[in-house]
Amino acid sequence: MGFGRAAGSVATLHEARTARDVERVVADARAAGGRVLARGLGRAYGDAAQCAGGELVDCTPMARLLELDSEHGVVRAEGGCSIASLLRTCVPRGWFVPVTPGTRHVTLGGAVAADVHGKNHHRDGSFGGHVVALEVVGASGTARVGPGLDPERYWATVGGMGLTGVVTEVTVKLRRIATSRLAVTTERAPDLDACMARLTELDAGHGYTVAWVDGLASGGRLGRSVITAGDHAALDDLPAGMRADALAYDPRTPLSVPVAPPVSLVGRGTLRAFNEAWYRKAPRRRVGEIQSIAQFFHPLDAVRDWNRLYGPRGFTQYQLVVPFSGADVVRRTLELLQRAHVLPALCVLKSFGSASAAPMSFPMPGWTLAADLPLGSPALAGVLDEIDGVVAGAGGRVYLAKDGRLRPELLSTMYPRVAEWRAVCERHDPEQLFVSDLWRRVAAVA
Amino acid sequence: MNDATGMPQRVVVLGGGSEIARALVVRLAAHRLRAVVLAGRDDASLEAAARELEALGVPQVERTRFEANDVADHEALVHRVLERIGSVDLLLVAAGSLGTAELDALTPEVVAQLVGTNFTGPAAATAAFARAMRDQGSGRIVVLSSVAGVRVRRSNFVYGAAKAGLDGFCQGLADALEGTGVQVTIVRPGFVRTRMTAGLAAAPLAVGADDVADAIVRGLERGADVVWVPAVFQVLLAFARHLPRALWRRIPS
Ligand SMILES: Cc1cc2nc3c(=O)[nH]c(=O)nc-3n(C[C@H](O)[C@H](O)[C@H](O)COP(=O)(O)OP(=O)(O)OC[C@H]3O[C@@H](n4cnc5c(N)ncnc54)[C@H](O)[C@@H]3O)c2cc1C
Ligand SMILES: NC(=O)c1ccc[n+]([C@@H]2O[C@H](COP(=O)([O-])OP(=O)(O)OC[C@H]3O[C@@H](n4cnc5c(N)ncnc54)[C@H](OP(=O)(O)O)[C@@H]3O)[C@@H](O)[C@H]2O)c1
Repeated sequence: MGFGRAAGSVATLHEARTARDVERVVADARAAGGRVLARGLGRAYGDAAQCAGGELVDCTPMARLLELDSEHGVVRAEGGCSIASLLRTCVPRGWFVPVTPGTRHVTLGGAVAADVHGKNHHRDGSFGGHVVALEVVGASGTARVGPGLDPERYWATVGGMGLTGVVTEVTVKLRRIATSRLAVTTERAPDLDACMARLTELDAGHGYTVAWVDGLASGGRLGRSVITAGDHAALDDLPAGMRADALAYDPRTPLSVPVAPPVSLVGRGTLRAFNEAWYRKAPRRRVGEIQSIAQFFHPLDAVRDWNRLYGPRGFTQYQLVVPFSGADVVRRTLELLQRAHVLPALCVLKSFGSASAAPMSFPMPGWTLAADLPLGSPALAGVLDEIDGVVAGAGGRVYLAKDGRLRPELLSTMYPRVAEWRAVCERHDPEQLFVSDLWRRVAAVA
Repeated sequence: MNDATGMPQRVVVLGGGSEIARALVVRLAAHRLRAVVLAGRDDASLEAAARELEALGVPQVERTRFEANDVADHEALVHRVLERIGSVDLLLVAAGSLGTAELDALTPEVVAQLVGTNFTGPAAATAAFARAMRDQGSGRIVVLSSVAGVRVRRSNFVYGAAKAGLDGFCQGLADALEGTGVQVTIVRPGFVRTRMTAGLAAAPLAVGADDVADAIVRGLERGADVVWVPAVFQVLLAFARHLPRALWRRIPS
């Protein structure tokens, strides 16, 4: 199942240690007339990394780092290599990944397939913009692709959610860092307008920005939030005691949720108390705080298996993006969720910069809002359908890596280049060997 | 596929003319329904149900024959269904008939026929679909059981006994399917005002087909294993199950 622990399905799992293993699984599936799909660390929330009744290629054993050019900052690694393991190697050498999502436990293959974005999207764009080359095992053989090497197939793979084949190797450009710390500005914003205005100002001066929005605050306090903006700290920014070991990197995972409790522990009361405390504890404005990479980029990774807190029914994440002209969709969304008594547990707001060349990439210039929502509420399906309509009407879209329930009718409205992208997929895979539950659902195919 | 909120795209109904089934499928059509096969024996009721779904804009509405007692056809039925809609996200087992509980009318043939309609046939067909769905690696089976099977009553004891059999079968099937991606939901309504109960005096806590359908939709959203309609039956039947026979007999029904 996906990270949201809902709508699971069963497939035959094949551990792939090498690209040859992948080629074998793909060839066997092809001979048997079956289906195949790559799976990484399963951090997609919905059914993107599921292939019911088919063959799932578990890429995580294929996790070697193949080449690190410490001079130019280019790394070549296998598709199942995680951002976590890349950071362990690269950070002490003064290099950082060009883009990291909110968890470091994703594979490079998964980062390419979802064309992931991070807190630096307003400046640096999404993951696919930093890749030099990929090796992809497709239905009809293995190919090397890149922005300058069969760009059509390359851009179909970026954001292509695994449907062009299995990414077995990724070469990506890194970013130079002087220290493993970030200099962070934290601010409170009393409402949504203030939040958006400050995010826009902070975007101009900082490499990384994001706002945590209290999804339960309503009325005049709707959209009250805590904004953080950060930049890789220079050596001088560090207190003297830290400078000797300026590139130290030691993320830990001290806490864990050992089993899924029989009921969800995420309820209105606990959330309200938590959100209130978080907002109150944040300073009105604090500048220059030094944080570690793990603290700043991957706070949720501090609790292992936190997704179990939602109990047996699981949860979904709704992430939308709307062009800047549709900024009020963010407000509408929060209001609609609140009116339906759906608890938007954790909401994150950020502005995106330029879109990628990939036809299925999610980000576009505009506002993106992500909300974790517990499943099981009777109003949820209806209100999300309603929000979809509002988002599509404003020219926006939802993020397929998080989706578990989008109406098929809206796919081509939200992703107007889907037909063009499918044509590329099918040219390389006429039998449609590569299929996911996500694709069967959003394309409404059996 | 079933989506994260539990809503299916491809549905098969055994007993396609059932009023409870109709109420449910109409609701599913408002969510994600793309294709449905109505399987049943009475052309007129299937036809009416199919027309309504077409009018609601369901892109693919199919009909096929299903006779609970013709178990020799059940494997072929699964193939007919897969040929037409490719895969099954939700199987709804709604065939059933109340029959009689008059001792004099209960000839061996009548008993066998009633048990066949309410237990043997639905169980046989469900097992055949369960195999196909297990191979799919996903899906959900919703079976209409009844409170009548939880504690069998004199007034409909053949039906009740057969439902008890079907209910037990489905509990075991649910366990057998653990880890296959296929989930079973057992629905236990009380008295539902439909064709099946037409002419009978409504029992206490009677509900309509719409109430049952709403409860099933909620059950799909929650991922429930058992759905009681109305919900209080869960508690009431826990008592009823342990009531001494002498007392139970005296409760009018
Ligand atoms: C706590 C949390 C925070 C997150 N924050 C962000 C965020 O800030 N920004 C963001 O963009 N995303 C975010 N995500 C989503 C996550 O980054 C993506 O879903 C990512 O694709 C997960 O990678 P994975 O290795 O776990 O892939 P999986 O979840 O296993 O698979 C995801 C998709 O990638 C495909 N895939 C996986 N490996 C390969 C491969 N080797 N070759 C081809 N296709 C492959 C799969 O087929 C599937 O379609 C977050 C997720 C979590 C759980
Ligand atoms: N109504 C209640 O009070 C109540 C309470 C609890 C449980 N249930 C259960 O709910 C389900 C649906 O009932 P309903 O209330 O919707 O009644 P319904 O409208 O009469 O539906 C029953 C369906 O079963 C079909 N059927 C009967 N015998 C069959 C056979 N031998 N082979 C194939 N199909 C057969 C009927 O088809 P035909 O049109 O061909 O006869 C009809 O479509 C049944 O399983 C019933 O036992 C009902």
